[in-house]
Amino acid sequence: MPLRLLKYALSRKHPAPRFFRDCTEPKKSYDAVIIGGGGHGLAAAYYLAKDHGITNVAVLEKGNTGRNTTIVRSNYLTPEGVNFYDASVKIYEGLSEELDINLFYSTRGHFTLAHTESALRTMRWRAEVNKHVGVDSYVVGPDDISRACPQLDISCSGKAPILGALYHGPGSIARHDAVAWGYARGADSMGVEIFQNTEVTGLDIQSGKIKGVHTSRGYIATNKVLSAVAGFTPRITNMAGVDTPIVIHPLQACVSEPMKPWLDTILVSGSLHVYVSQSSRGELVMGSSLDPYEVHSTRSSLDFVEGLTSHMLDMFPFLSNVKIVRQWAGMADMTPDFSPIMGTTPVEGFYLDAGWGTWGFKATPISGKTMAATMANDKAPELIQPFRLSRFEDYDLTGEKGAASVGH
Amino acid sequence: MKLLTCPVNGTRPLSEFVFGGELRAMPDPAAVSDSAWAAYVYNRSGAPGLKKEWWYHSPSGTWFVAERNTLTDQVARTYLYGQENQA
Repeated sequence: MPLRLLKYALSRKHPAPRFFRDCTEPKKSYDAVIIGGGGHGLAAAYYLAKDHGITNVAVLEKGNTGRNTTIVRSNYLTPEGVNFYDASVKIYEGLSEELDINLFYSTRGHFTLAHTESALRTMRWRAEVNKHVGVDSYVVGPDDISRACPQLDISCSGKAPILGALYHGPGSIARHDAVAWGYARGADSMGVEIFQNTEVTGLDIQSGKIKGVHTSRGYIATNKVLSAVAGFTPRITNMAGVDTPIVIHPLQACVSEPMKPWLDTILVSGSLHVYVSQSSRGELVMGSSLDPYEVHSTRSSLDFVEGLTSHMLDMFPFLSNVKIVRQWAGMADMTPDFSPIMGTTPVEGFYLDAGWGTWGFKATPISGKTMAATMANDKAPELIQPFRLSRFEDYDLTGEKGAASVGH
Repeated sequence: MKLLTCPVNGTRPLSEFVFGGELRAMPDPAAVSDSAWAAYVYNRSGAPGLKKEWWYHSPSGTWFVAERNTLTDQVARTYLYGQENQA
């Protein structure tokens, strides 16, 4: 590090810029409390203030965000899913400007590789649904894939030759921490208070209505509570006495050492359980399928890196000397139909933004916007009705096989 | 390498086992309401804790029950279904 940088670190004239105030003392009451200061919670706070003028809002966060692999796309399988994620992509495209922060939003094109006839059939199905809804998505052959990514071994070392792919032009990556920072700063500037290292210990519910939240910083009275806590959802819904189908599985990911740019598309293989893109820093960001059983932990495992890298080498044999520099796990809140659970709950004033499993990051803007509307109007907008909690009781699921880590 | 103890075959690598979900009592489908049946079909106790789970040792085809803490991933004990008191 150049020594002259140090003078900025020590100088009072050049303090590190803060993105939001350092709140530690919550007020006695708020118009709304959001549990979870990840992208979703902060986006909901931002749109509550911006779209609905509700600024007396507290966001409570006990940990961190950014355990995803930063992919944004909308080439899902159900019309409900495609419409929803497409609305998200459209907000993302203008988000750097709106939040005045460089999200490094980079539209790369996204290939979902098919190694089998049945996978190719699913790709065709997805392409037709996507086209019908107006999303840029079509099936391409091995030659097109080779042209877009000449480094890829189309035969995958002879083990699982690639027969084709679903191509999705708007597929993008973005800097995930910047999304959270940007929404936090935007919300903060409109009056929202963000409390870090603050854990929710209980919910105050009286005759079916939410009255307040018990936290590690004391009791906060409020009539509206949003739970946007991903892998911690069952613990919060237990406090509310709300039953859900959510189970927690770890989802692991890793990054390689930085390289010169060579991979400008996003590649996903359901059969090989790999998704990979190259970040603006030059690292390969790689993810795999879910861990096979329930664990509430963010520990990563050697099994995962061994499995993932062996499949990566099937696709890109020349990477054999490249090192993995970092690996991590996130707690994915999985639902039986691979769709999120959003909207109202049997408890009045308690709203749920959950079931984000392996598909949460790409939905950050639209989920924030629609959950803010749900909280302001006490009614979920049309766009997220297919994701309501009561769909299970009604046997009216939204089966989303286009989600990441779902085998075909 | 993670290990799990099969009540029949002893301690084996985890890669030989398949997770079968939580052990739950099934209500009588003829007697319960539709919504109670939907709750049984879909809802799960997702919060962490010591849970009874189905596990399958695939080389030998053995289904058994494991009591496992889902927060720490530590297995307290394993036994064949119905032999809880002998374990």
